[in-house]
Order: sequence, then structure tokens, then C-alpha cells
Amino acid sequence: MMILSGDPPRSRVLSALLVIIMLALLATPFIFPGAKAMNVAAKICIFAALVASYDLLLGYTGSVSFAHTMFYGIGSYAIAIALYALGPNWAAVAAGVAAGLPLALLLALAIGLFSLRVEAIFFAMITLAVASAFLVLASQLSWLTGGEDGRSFQLPELLRPGTVFVPKDWFGIAINGRILTYYIVFAASALMILALLRVVNSPFGRVLQAIRENRFRAEALGYRTVFHLTYANCIAAVIAALAGMLNALWLRYAGPDTSLSFSIMLDILLMVVIGGMGTIYGAIIGAAIFLLAENYLQALMGAASAAAAEAGVPLLPGLLHPDRWLLWLGLLFIASVYFFPTGVVGRLRNKPRPASGR
Amino acid sequence: MATNSYWGCHMALTLETRDLTIRFGGHVAVNGVSCSFRPGELTAIVGPNGAGKTTYFNLISGQLRATSGSILFDGTDITGHSAPLRTRAGLGRAFQLTNLFPNLSVEENVRLAVQAERGVHYDLLRPWMARRDLIARADAILDQVALGNRRQVAATALSHGDQRKLEVALMMALEPKVFMFDEPTAGMSIDEVPVVLDLIAKLKQDTSKIILLVEHKMDVVRSLADRIIVLHNGRLVADGKPAEVIASPIVQEAYLGITPGRSAA
Repeated sequence: MMILSGDPPRSRVLSALLVIIMLALLATPFIFPGAKAMNVAAKICIFAALVASYDLLLGYTGSVSFAHTMFYGIGSYAIAIALYALGPNWAAVAAGVAAGLPLALLLALAIGLFSLRVEAIFFAMITLAVASAFLVLASQLSWLTGGEDGRSFQLPELLRPGTVFVPKDWFGIAINGRILTYYIVFAASALMILALLRVVNSPFGRVLQAIRENRFRAEALGYRTVFHLTYANCIAAVIAALAGMLNALWLRYAGPDTSLSFSIMLDILLMVVIGGMGTIYGAIIGAAIFLLAENYLQALMGAASAAAAEAGVPLLPGLLHPDRWLLWLGLLFIASVYFFPTGVVGRLRNKPRPASGR
Repeated sequence: MATNSYWGCHMALTLETRDLTIRFGGHVAVNGVSCSFRPGELTAIVGPNGAGKTTYFNLISGQLRATSGSILFDGTDITGHSAPLRTRAGLGRAFQLTNLFPNLSVEENVRLAVQAERGVHYDLLRPWMARRDLIARADAILDQVALGNRRQVAATALSHGDQRKLEVALMMALEPKVFMFDEPTAGMSIDEVPVVLDLIAKLKQDTSKIILLVEHKMDVVRSLADRIIVLHNGRLVADGKPAEVIASPIVQEAYLGITPGRSAA
């Protein structure tokens, strides 16, 4: 329990789900060795951490930020630019981390101290403005960022697919640099989520919840809330930047579409709401459900459509055509918000959040 | 404790407002109120609705900033200090309209106040449950306000009277030098009132504290107050011993005259 910071899932179904997701992600390279499965699994890991860090803001402090992809992008670009400019070595990775994290931290600090003093809507607007500016900057400064094309780069020797540690005939697949990268992504994401669990269940994290519940009262108790909120904003930004770094390492690329765009911001929002705000665990569930749907719903619908056509059912083949997958994803989302207003995790815990559950 | 022991001797705690005024547009809600409060003395602040009692409280505890005038606390001018800083300096406040963390448990509400009092603000490396000292203190306070059996209930699920008790518990957890009660028994059922009055009476025994009480019920005021000040239309119109103040013509007219039913209460 110490590793979960005294905040167990508090629901058997939820625990089982989390264990299944963890085991599936751990075993993915061996049971689903295809490139697509690995990509989806790595993305689930990265987004689980990214969404969890967003949950720290949205679910625990109640502040809505639109700049989360900016921090994610800062991490991605820091790694990409460093490895592109300095060549594929570990010193470049270190340089990327050393440049990216302080930049994310300083920006989060500045935004927080500037805008978290006043009403929440102002913070939302400022983050939106700063994030838009950053997006424009990233696509305009093409000498640095590669513009719309982004930056592709080579990974250090150790992480390349060509580096084989265990030959294919041992486990049926070759344990190579790609698989090592996958496990680095998995372990780093898991560590970040555990760290966030620790933060939200610390005395500091309880103050964040108090601020979300009643900021006026928190101040009357003597908490200077702007510092608490800014602190949380900085933690979330650093975790988002780290997730961005993992994203860049996995894709060997950073560009506006994979790390900065507002559609990613929307995805994050959807994942946190589907999973359940203010739970951290919800991030894992939300990321898994959303990304699985995004990647496999089309294939599933294609199969269903073909089956319906074969059976001669009218209308259904058209409705289930793979091109309609966004429609179904949208319906899925509306249904999940309607039936699980507190998210999957909130529903499974099935309690009106007494928050101090001992 | 004597932060103002400037001359090396222990000086008593002081709280004073000087010409304290706040304007909302053309309306002057508190108008040039000068008054000083002494430790070991419970001062009741009375006056008709809209007289500016709660606004006066908000000015002292920092929820509102004065248009002019000043507030001196413990030898320091705190007129420009924010609410959190005033709380840290020792000004405790219980609110009139219940003002809690609604979805957090009763224990968690008080625990957060204890945590604030102990200065645990940015500890994020260990679980909150590891700080058993904070929880134990919160539980002890809940026992004092007779809420010990409601610890795990969400604050919003409490009865109105229990919420008022919790409000008082939050203030007690801050261990303030000044206790400011804003109608602590308003809306309570008859059998709940004595618990709160006993608590205030008990606090009074510690003569190093300043206690301010806004209250409508004259029987409560008579039984607890050492001194009464009367606000009317934002002005201080009377100040003195309870018997004198209640008997004075200006109070009969300004306060009791308007609501004659209350004088008999």
C-alpha cells in the first residue's frame, strides 16, 4: 500500500481492471508483437502519465488549463532538437532533458503566478493564449523546429531496433533496442503515475482538494492558495514535459501534430473525463479505453459492417462503415459522460466521494 | 507568545480598529468605527440587520479591504495584509453562512485546519495519513464540539446545527489569539445551542484570548458578553457594559426599538 501512497483503488473491479491493463502493457511485446500493437501500448503508457498530470490540475485543483499540450510539446521538441542537433548519443538526451524541464517549469511558474491569483476563467484564457502562441512559434521557427514537418532524429545506439540483446530463437521474438525503449517508456510512465498518486495523497494534495472545494475557506484557514495552485501547475507541467520526452523517444520524431496540437488537448480532456476526474487511476482507464477505441474501433466496425452486409440487414452496413468511426466514438463519449458522470473510476468506487476514505 | 514584547516585558494582546471605513459605491457599510478589544473580554457586537456587523468582521479578518482607516493587531498594522496572513497571525474566524469544504469528510475539514495551524503547507513526499498527529488533533477537537461520531460523514451531509459546530471546530483548530464568532447559533435547534454556548464559555476561561461575537439573541448576549458594542448604519453608536448598553436610549431606539420582540427574548 505504501507504493500506492495509501490510496488503494477501493473497488475490486477497478483493481482487476488496473492489473489487467498493467499486465497487458507489460506483456505487449511478447503477446502482440506487431508494430501497431506496440505503438498503441506505448501511447497508452505515455498518455496515462500525461492525463494523470492533467488530472492533478483539473481533478484536484479544479483549474482548467489549455496549455498542457504545450508542456508536452516542450518535452518532445527538447529531445528532438537536442538529438537532431547533437547527434544520436546519450549526452544529447541529457541535454534535451536539461533544457526542456527548466523551460517547462519556468513557463508554468510564470503562468501560475500571473494568472492563478484571480478567477479560474482567467487562468484558462491565459493558458489558451500562451499555448496558441507557442503553437505558432513552433511552426514558424522552422530553422529550429522543422516547422510543420517537425524533426525526425536518430536514437542512441542502445535504443535502435538493430541492437539485438537476445536473439529471436529464445522467446520467439528478438529482444532489441525497440523493446528496451518500450520498457523504458512503460517504467517511466508507471513511476510518474506513482509519483502523482503520492502528491495527491500528501498533506499538500489535500490542500489542493480543499482549494477546489472552497478556495475562500482555504484562504481563511491561512493557506496562500496562489502558491499551492502554482506549485501544482509546475508539477503537472514537469510531468507533461517528461511524457513528451518519452513520446519523442518512442516516435523518433516531434512535430506539431504529434505533440502540440489542440486536438491532443481535447483527447486529454476526454480521457480524464471518461476515466474519472480527481482519481489519478482514471487516467490509466481513460487512456486505455480512448486509445483502444481510437485505434481498433475502425477495424471492429469494418468487420461488423461486412458481417451485417453478409447477413442482408438493411441500413446497418452503412452505419457501421469504418468511415463513420468518429460518429461512434462521439456517441460512445456522450454515453460514457451520461452514464458515468464521475467517470469509470468514480462509478466503480460508487461512493459520493468522502475523499478522506479511511 | 508575546510577539510584541518590545520592552522585554510581556504585553497583552491588542486588537484595534481606527476610523475603519468601507464604501460600496455610494453606500458606506462601515463608517469610521474606532474600537479596541482587550484579552479576557468577550465583546458582543449587536445591531439591526444591515448594520454592518458582518462587514466589520470581514474587514478585521481580511475578506474585505478597508476604504480608509486602519487595523492594528498585536502591535502591527495589518490593514494591508491578506486573509491568509491575518489567519496565520492569529485571527480566527467562524463564518455566519456555513463555509466549509462540502464534499470532504468532517474529520478532513478539521484536519485541514490543524494542518494549516501546524504550517504543513508544501509537504508532498509522504501520505497525509502518515501525519497521525494531525488526525489525532482533529479528532480531539471534534470530540470537544460533540461531532466525534460524525467523523467520516461528508460535511454537506451534516444537519445545519452540526455544520455550525464544524465551523466552530475549524476555528478552534487554528488555535487563534482572536476568536470571531459570527452568529454561531443562528438556525440551530434549541437543544443544539447549549453545546456551542458551553464551548464559547469554556474559551472565555483563557483570559489571554480576545473573543468577538456577533449575535442577535439577547439572552445569549446577556449570558456571555462582558461588553457590548452597537453598530447602526455602519456607525458605532454605543459601547459599554451589557446592562448599561441595553438600557441606553440610543439602543432602545436603534436596535431594540426596531425589533421589540427581541428585547424580551
